[in-house]
Amino acid sequence: MKRGACFLACLALLAGCAGEQSAFSATGEEAISTLRLTWILTIGSVLVFLLVIGALIAALGRPGALRQRLADPRMVTLGGIVFPMVVLAILLIYSFALLRAGPASAGAAPLNIAVEGKQWWWRVTYSDTPGGPVESANELRIPVGETVRLELTSADVIHSFWVPAYAGKVDMIPGRTNALTLKVTAPGIVRGQCTEYCGGAHALMAFRVIAMPPEEFAAWLEREAAPAEQSLPGEAEFLRAGCGACHTVRGTPAEGTAGPELTHVASRQTIGAGILQTTPENFRTWLDRHREIKPGNLMPEYEFLSAAEREAIATYLEALE
Amino acid sequence: MSEPLSPVPRPEGEEDELLRIWATPKGWRLPTAVNNTVIGLLYLGAAFVFFVAAGILALIMRTQLALPEQELVSQDLYNQMFTVHGTTMMFLFAVPAMEALGVLLLPQMLAARDLPFPRLSAFAVWAYVVGGTVFFLTIFIDLAPAGGWFMYPPLTLMEYQPGDNADFWLLGIGFIEISAIAGAIEIIVGVLRTRPPGMSLDKLPIFGWAMLIFAGMIMVAFPAVILATMLLEIERAFGWPFFTAELGGDPLLWQHLFWFFGHPEVYIIFLPAAGLVSMIVPTAARKPLVGFNLIVVALIATGFFSFGLWVHHMFTTGIPGLSLAFFSAASMAVAIPSGIQFFSWIATFAASERKIEFNTPTLFVLGMLFIFLIGGLTGVMVAMVPFNWQAHDTYFIVAHMHYVMIGGMVFPLFATFYYWVPIVGKRRLSERLGRWSFWLIFIGFNVAFFPMHISGLMGMPRRVWTYPAELGVGPFNLVSTIGAYMIAAGVLVFIIDLVRNFRVGEGGQDNPFGAGTLEFLPQDVYSTRSIPHVSSRYPLWDDPDLPRSVAAGEQYLPDAPTGGRETIVTSAIHAKPQYIVQMPGPGWTHVIAAVFTAACFLLLTVKIVVPAMLCALVAVGAVLTWVWSIDKGPDAGPVSIGGGITLPVYVTGPISHGWWAMMVLWVVAGSLFIAFVFSYLYLWTVSPEVWLAGREFLPQLGWPLGAGVLMLGAAAVMRLSRRALPSPGERNLLAPLAVLAAASLAGAGITAEIYGHWTSGLRPTASSYGAMVYLGAILTAQLVLAIAIMSGFCAARVLAGKLDRVRWASLENTSLLLYYTTAQFLIALILIHGFPHVMGGAP
Repeated sequence: MKRGACFLACLALLAGCAGEQSAFSATGEEAISTLRLTWILTIGSVLVFLLVIGALIAALGRPGALRQRLADPRMVTLGGIVFPMVVLAILLIYSFALLRAGPASAGAAPLNIAVEGKQWWWRVTYSDTPGGPVESANELRIPVGETVRLELTSADVIHSFWVPAYAGKVDMIPGRTNALTLKVTAPGIVRGQCTEYCGGAHALMAFRVIAMPPEEFAAWLEREAAPAEQSLPGEAEFLRAGCGACHTVRGTPAEGTAGPELTHVASRQTIGAGILQTTPENFRTWLDRHREIKPGNLMPEYEFLSAAEREAIATYLEALE
Repeated sequence: MSEPLSPVPRPEGEEDELLRIWATPKGWRLPTAVNNTVIGLLYLGAAFVFFVAAGILALIMRTQLALPEQELVSQDLYNQMFTVHGTTMMFLFAVPAMEALGVLLLPQMLAARDLPFPRLSAFAVWAYVVGGTVFFLTIFIDLAPAGGWFMYPPLTLMEYQPGDNADFWLLGIGFIEISAIAGAIEIIVGVLRTRPPGMSLDKLPIFGWAMLIFAGMIMVAFPAVILATMLLEIERAFGWPFFTAELGGDPLLWQHLFWFFGHPEVYIIFLPAAGLVSMIVPTAARKPLVGFNLIVVALIATGFFSFGLWVHHMFTTGIPGLSLAFFSAASMAVAIPSGIQFFSWIATFAASERKIEFNTPTLFVLGMLFIFLIGGLTGVMVAMVPFNWQAHDTYFIVAHMHYVMIGGMVFPLFATFYYWVPIVGKRRLSERLGRWSFWLIFIGFNVAFFPMHISGLMGMPRRVWTYPAELGVGPFNLVSTIGAYMIAAGVLVFIIDLVRNFRVGEGGQDNPFGAGTLEFLPQDVYSTRSIPHVSSRYPLWDDPDLPRSVAAGEQYLPDAPTGGRETIVTSAIHAKPQYIVQMPGPGWTHVIAAVFTAACFLLLTVKIVVPAMLCALVAVGAVLTWVWSIDKGPDAGPVSIGGGITLPVYVTGPISHGWWAMMVLWVVAGSLFIAFVFSYLYLWTVSPEVWLAGREFLPQLGWPLGAGVLMLGAAAVMRLSRRALPSPGERNLLAPLAVLAAASLAGAGITAEIYGHWTSGLRPTASSYGAMVYLGAILTAQLVLAIAIMSGFCAARVLAGKLDRVRWASLENTSLLLYYTTAQFLIALILIHGFPHVMGGAP
């Protein structure tokens, strides 16, 4: 099928610059300590498994002293009560220690970033920026080595914010504000995804997180805060088609907030909330067939626009760096 | 060999009489059957069909996920599929299958002729079959719910799911709620009151214990989900904002209520299965269960702990650290009772003096041990909060949950099929096909689900219809899909075995596995020829002559002294014979009631209101007709059951089984009310400002005082109405008037409560406070409605000369319900009218 093939091709391209979305490649402090816990739990589980299955095999095997001992009611007490109690108590103490050392003890004055989940994309607001909050979408940039505090909210249904390489997930619940503290140890690009089923295109609600050295981050944030260049080619078509009703491009009359902010959309890694790699071609693909690429997404279809108009809008978008 | 309790040889024609009384209706009358074996088989068969159907959905989903970025199944259809798969497996397969085994096996294990309320079970089964089928079929017409099996709001509110799809989920749940509560009543009264003489509680087979705790958990857990589904449907239909944050509601209220039910639900499914394993293992070893008492304690502890773990489904919702620690500890503690059972099974195997024969039931039991052990270990892993934050809502959980559910429930179920078929079928199932089935399912299961642990941690979230190749989980998914097809092949082999070898009927070996418990006594439609006196846990081992003696009619009740269906009711602890309960036989009324109940709910779901109400009237009418015929009027008086024991045939008060059923209902209604009180206080802690604003609308003190006095008056008049009852054989007007007056007073009381709030200007749609206030009134109003119907019934029976000073069980039950309602109403009044005064500004 043609659209399937195209979809495949687009994603294959994306794979080239893929970010990891794995708890096994941890580079955030929380994820690193959780990975250590995971290995401890796994090894422990394997040992307990071997022990119990060994006892079972012995119980089924040839009669002998071992089998007699296993048949003793005291074995039930020992194996079923004493043994798990000891193991679980040790685990519990360890887990409490981890919890205490965890995100609760964040250092002073962390960097605040607000992330809002929305069907089916992410609104990202850098709250602490000197010139006032700076809004972006579907991509999160953070400085390496600094404590970042994410304020997680939802605009509609429950979503869950998960960047396994950095930390465990935290739900985004309407009417509540949850926090997640990140501290990343190495620069890089990783992938995150919504993990609370949120209807329709839940499977296609992803994003990228880019960890950068602090000075690069500061420079980037300054650029990000700046408005878009005025009177770029295609801007007129963009505005005339009504894109501004839902999207904001700072510095132009487009001030809508229903859809993702687009001021510097071309400088982001992906479009469509982590679905397509940002390339000139993919802007066109998205405008032409976004309903196939991301079924159920809330952007209207633009078949009433002429090919030339869509081409102009795509040109405009790819210039929004 | 002991002296026969009943004189032998038995008179000619006695067995024919039993066969005639207990005969299963033939041909087109088959649906009227109420025998527990017939109804139990129908129940189990329906559950198995749902298992296969939901399994096919799983296969389609696995096919879609076999490779990244496939488009075999559309996003919308996939979302409906996983919702229907989960809902069907949990609500239409797992719980019903366990109840079906209770219906099918318990009376046989207790050598009772039937369950105490045969038509109630039959009613529940028919409602479940009709409702469940319609629910499942919605997947074919794009009307299936797409909110996931736990249906979190706000996604499931009208705003985000405007179609009828979500309502069909609520419908499906409604039926399982009905049949679960009916099952709980049946099982509790059955286990506690229809044991054979001499089977004191300490000699109750372990499966009986498991079912008793199962039913107890249903009484406490199901009301929470009943309340949750009420809230969701009311918010969807009428806009009462229980879950809408802007109006003081909270989406997390749903999660608390749902998981307060949902976690115990896992153990509701697992405990009976563990009970089955505890029955099969001793037979395989020919040794009594080692640590029997410890296992009973473990079962009770599991039931108890399971209510303290619900928050571990909510570790990622941002709840405070202290709660995390508490629920993490509780989640680990529940591993201990499972450990006890494991080591007890191992010890029982080890105690065997013979070589363990690896027949099909034993293989499935061993498969269960292997798989459930892994599920338990990953369970301890996810109980660790930091690990949970990573694993939650990923394929790791999909793996964990299937290891627990398939290991803990499906494997024991297949063991059960192979082990207990001889008691309902003419011959055993095939050992050869059984082995094939076992190995395919066992290997296939591990191939399918083990890789999911890894793909989950590699970043694959659950409930996704597709995933990009860049995640790198493609190979793991392909392996999982291959495993899924192996499981399907194994189930197919089992179905072939069923088709070839399963024939319902008597004959064949009575006790092919050499078990020690009563269900392997020689049986026919009337269950056992006579009801044995039991003096040990494994009577068939300790008294090898027992089957002969039972079949010869030497034990209790070898005949039918009242000329109809009956069984012995014994005391709850010591199983001393107390009376003979007469039970209804086949009939159409409960079938009609079930079909029209289902029709009513269905029509309501698609919002065709008037025909729905007509169906409701037919259903209520059918129930009343059915109940009308239960009390057959003056009886033959005390009858002899053998062993020099003479028992009455009709009793009222705390020794009657009806009174016990009413107590079960008290607990169910009480749990529902407690869930309401929790919800009320919970929303107050979330949105105290809404409560402060609502305080302005509190009615003046006269309203609640008046309402309370009216309700107390109702209870008092109902109490006095008993004295007005006529003597047997007579009828009067005073008693019916008193009963109806009581019902009217109750109606006036609840009306005053609702009207008081309404005139004060409070509206249920305005805020979560208003919604909760009116909900409290609704909970009482529905009880009052039931009381009104029952009172009309009682009044009519007095007028018909069928309710008098001696035979007054109907009035007794009506009174008991009214006493409960009065107590609940008074507490509700204090909460609704008192709490806003004392709550202060903020929690």
